[in-house]
Amino acid sequence: MPISPTPVAKPPSDNEPPGVPGFRTWKGVYAFVFGAFILMVIFLAIITRVYA
Amino acid sequence: MNLLDWMVLLGTMVGIAAYGTWRTRHTDNLNTYLKGNKSTGWLTIGISVAATQASAITFLSIPGQGFESGIGFVQNYFGLPLALIIVCAVFLPIYRKLGVYTAYEFLGQRFDKKTRLLGAALFLLQRGVQSGVTIYAPAIILSTVLGWRLDLTIIFIGVLVVVYTVTGGSAAVNLTQKWQMGVIFAGMVTAFVVLLTKLPGDAAHIAGALGKLEAVDFSMNPDRRYTFWSGLFGGLFLSLSYFGTDQSQVQRYIGGASLREGRLGLMFNALLKIPMQFFILVLGALLFVFYQFQPNTPVFFNRVEWERHSTGENASQFLALEQKHAALHQVKQEKIAAWVAERETEGSAAEVRARAAMLESQRAVEAVRKEAKDALRAADPRAKVKDSDYVFITFILTQLPNGVIGLLIAVMFAAALGSKAGELNALGTTSTIDLWRHFRPLAAHNEARNVRNAKWFTALWGAFAIAFALFAGFAENLIEAINIIASIFYGVLLGVFVVAFFVKHVRGTAVFWGAIGAQLLIFALRFLKDTIPVLDFSYLWYNVIGCVACVVFSVLLQLVIGPGGPHSTRTQAA
Repeated sequence: MPISPTPVAKPPSDNEPPGVPGFRTWKGVYAFVFGAFILMVIFLAIITRVYA
Repeated sequence: MNLLDWMVLLGTMVGIAAYGTWRTRHTDNLNTYLKGNKSTGWLTIGISVAATQASAITFLSIPGQGFESGIGFVQNYFGLPLALIIVCAVFLPIYRKLGVYTAYEFLGQRFDKKTRLLGAALFLLQRGVQSGVTIYAPAIILSTVLGWRLDLTIIFIGVLVVVYTVTGGSAAVNLTQKWQMGVIFAGMVTAFVVLLTKLPGDAAHIAGALGKLEAVDFSMNPDRRYTFWSGLFGGLFLSLSYFGTDQSQVQRYIGGASLREGRLGLMFNALLKIPMQFFILVLGALLFVFYQFQPNTPVFFNRVEWERHSTGENASQFLALEQKHAALHQVKQEKIAAWVAERETEGSAAEVRARAAMLESQRAVEAVRKEAKDALRAADPRAKVKDSDYVFITFILTQLPNGVIGLLIAVMFAAALGSKAGELNALGTTSTIDLWRHFRPLAAHNEARNVRNAKWFTALWGAFAIAFALFAGFAENLIEAINIIASIFYGVLLGVFVVAFFVKHVRGTAVFWGAIGAQLLIFALRFLKDTIPVLDFSYLWYNVIGCVACVVFSVLLQLVIGPGGPHSTRTQAA
């Protein structure tokens, strides 16, 4: 008898709040971290330009 | 080093190890031993993740990278924040939901036993080899410059870390890493401040003019080792493999009080890592400026290696090189001073001439340094001709006051112990959970026996790492050697996890053989790179190729096997 594949466990929902002031969802935290990364790259590009 | 330095060094290192051992001496619960205390908060997790990644090589080699090649190496970390976001959003919730001890347990639940064993074996193979490198790397440098015996230095680092890691497991690792990171932070900031007090006011401009502050390179030239693109894509895959599938990292964040704590710990690292690497590289670039104004800047920074060969039959050749370097160094100082005087009139003909003369003198000095390395190589083909790893330690020993020297040597030891502890903890855990418990399922129900075996496996891996460090010879550029080894295996391992998370119709047999095929492809690319020029690209791309090849091969094999093929069942997901 064929055995049907078991669905892979799905991650728990993101309902658990991050508990960080100013952030209601984890997506907001991730967006903040991504934004900080972009700012860091811009900062490094400016350094490269200024001190070239 | 004087008595004060020794007191600082031994007091901090042995003190932290003893404290960790004593506080966690009663750890007899398997969950606590393997995952740490359940109450662990995000800051402890974040520091533990950072300490596991930051080995002693980070603080010895990376300033050398900044000194030699400038701060462009920072681009290697551009993929890291993005990788950590993916780990937080996808990997971590599943690991926690399944309650696994290791990442490879998840593979067993998603696919089958052989894929779980393959994942565990790839991890044990690459991390086991690396564990020898991470203990050898700081030991060879510290023993060389301090005149210590290499074997005793390796044994001291190895035994110290084995004692507290075996005693308290993850709980001890987390606890000691917090204190070790405190020592590292205090030491590096102190060294940076002391360096700043010794620099001229135009230091940053001088570093920039001499090409040491080129942080970002957006060019698509594959010949360039570090570019924005290789850092972003290669670094993304490398970081995703390391943080998402390497047990030494997974183990640091799957414990803790809740999912939130693990996520915040990882986001802490996503924010911290690039600024931290930038800081260490800038330290190296500023060391370069500092040595432009020192009268006795050596032609070769590994003085022990240099003097070993410069006193023999080639003494006159080596002396001539030293004199030539000293004369050109003097000329360069004058050219730098001339350019600084013209700097205010940037773009003027005089400034352009002064800059060109300064760069010409820089090239002349670099040419003599290359001559010196060639002379070393000619005198002894096995001579260690890379000296950038010795720049920062030379500065520490010759320019810092006593007490601070001890603190900075403690930084190197703290970093070595912290990363080593994380590795041993993970190797012991994977051996226990994925090998021993897997082959002895009945014994797995005996918790005390599980803990006892985890301790034995941790001790065995510690002994293996010490033996490997004692008897193996390693590549000169140590941080690159570690990254190359990682890149050879990580991409394929990541590919297995990508299939597990995102390609749901692929099953165990297809992904197992897909991974084997992809690993063989990476081996072939690595070994053929010297004979086929087009294959001689940055090793970071192995991460991308290994992962993509594994996914493509797995999907194609699943198509060939078909849904009704052999081993078409999947084991129950928890």
